[in-house]
Amino acid sequence: MTRQKLPSPRILPSQITPQERYLSRRSLLAAGLGAGLAQSFGAFSRASAAGAAGAALAYTHDAKFSTSDKPNSYEDVTTYNNYYEFGTGKADPAAESQHLRTSPWNVAIGGDAEVTGSFTLEDILKPLALEERIYRLRCVEAWSMVIPWVGFPLGDLLKRFKPTSKAKYVEFKTLYDLKQMPGERTSVLDWPYVEGLRMDEAMHPLAFLAVGLYGKTLPNQNGAPLRLVVPWKYGFKGIKAIVSIKFVERPPRTTWAISAPQEYGFYANVNPAVDHPRWSQASERAIGGGLFAPRRATQPFNGYADQVASLYTGMDLRRFF
Amino acid sequence: MESAAWVKTTRWVIKPLVFVACLLPALRLAAGAFGVAGVSLGADPVAALLHGCGRWTLNFLMITLCVTPLRDLTHSVFWLRFRRMFGLYAFFYVVLHFSVYLFIDQNGKWNVLWQDIAKRPYITIGVLAMLMLVPLAATSTARAMRRLGQRWTRLHRLIYAIAILGVWHFWWQVKSDIRQPLLYAAGLTLLLGYRVWKRRHAIRRALGARGLAGAAGVGGATDARGQRETLRKA
Repeated sequence: MTRQKLPSPRILPSQITPQERYLSRRSLLAAGLGAGLAQSFGAFSRASAAGAAGAALAYTHDAKFSTSDKPNSYEDVTTYNNYYEFGTGKADPAAESQHLRTSPWNVAIGGDAEVTGSFTLEDILKPLALEERIYRLRCVEAWSMVIPWVGFPLGDLLKRFKPTSKAKYVEFKTLYDLKQMPGERTSVLDWPYVEGLRMDEAMHPLAFLAVGLYGKTLPNQNGAPLRLVVPWKYGFKGIKAIVSIKFVERPPRTTWAISAPQEYGFYANVNPAVDHPRWSQASERAIGGGLFAPRRATQPFNGYADQVASLYTGMDLRRFF
Repeated sequence: MESAAWVKTTRWVIKPLVFVACLLPALRLAAGAFGVAGVSLGADPVAALLHGCGRWTLNFLMITLCVTPLRDLTHSVFWLRFRRMFGLYAFFYVVLHFSVYLFIDQNGKWNVLWQDIAKRPYITIGVLAMLMLVPLAATSTARAMRRLGQRWTRLHRLIYAIAILGVWHFWWQVKSDIRQPLLYAAGLTLLLGYRVWKRRHAIRRALGARGLAGAAGVGGATDARGQRETLRKA
């Protein structure tokens, strides 16, 4: 089998918005927020119409929920990815995802909610103001990054669909397309990728849906056009290229928990006290520190314990790992 | 028979070239580690180094195990001249692999090593395999070979167990994509399977050559064992 290789629109580090420019964009926004936002949505639809990643977004910086840690370089964030739909190597997603069509993009809303149906990404984004959140990301493989996402709180979107009292969990699904996602032709995981959150987790202000990264639309390898970011959980909870959101009564059967139930649980909260059966979760390698940077101690809930630990009061976190 | 000139060429030209070729993966990793010549190890250089050295350890174990089948297939002892070098390279890469793990990834914390050996089976078998390579590397000299005689051959059969442990060590840590370890396991099965087959074949042939005497009992069995010993020496 040969797959045709088209010239791929790789983003060079030199093409990234310089720090000063995106900072000036922010101050511009502060000056004329309304106008800026209107402009940004125009920019966003134009970008998705062209199918190009990396169009500039307008957003406000959310200092309250952002870490003051220094973000990883754009290059690290966009070349070191776990996205098995495009291959299991860390460099595979950047190489193999460039022809994923992210426009038009529809998300099916279903299950126990008053408002259901298929929505275009533009419909979803229209009433939302984008914000930047600099979050820590801790991978279950014991490495970590700091990433400046652009997006909106997941709860703000979910509320619009008016979930009923039966909605106890939210289930997300990734696109299943054997042509565009070559990794789905292999049996390394059960496709399509499924993730889920308990309703209160999903409504927590830290739970985030990202459409951008470093002030621009998401590159495909980072989950374009819409991905979940749950900073207090291991990275695999952050499902990418979401095409379905469903409100359900029972905990969804999530992909990694299906693949290895003794190793990956539904909750997957970052927890240095509960090791992966095959490796320790007590410490992590911070990506970007170079060869001789010391490992860092992993924090409970990835350092977000103050905000989220109360969600799990009374739960045995060894059992519900 | 090999001509004297050919032996000389092997020794002074081919062998040094092979030596340098075997060193290239390490040089590439080192260049990446120190950012020399534009080589990069990517966003996670520690993992790249760790896995790179581990992978080349397995590669050299496999290459070492290819020598005997190659000799048999080509009816040439040429390959045997490289076996020690390949084996020592496996040892070289495993020492690098272990050092990267302990001194770079774990920042030289020996207590983490002890904990990992005790708690994590894949590390237990990995360390075990490395330790088993130590006596093989130590007895790789011509002098040790002469001194140990028959025992040398028996000792160096440890390589089979080491290779099995090595592939197992790799298999045990991948998250879900077992295709790479499967490839090594398949290669190893082939290489070890060949040896089992050869041995059975040789025994059967030895028995067959002695006709019914072989089946007659004790005498035949002893002969077979004698034949096996001769083969081992080969």
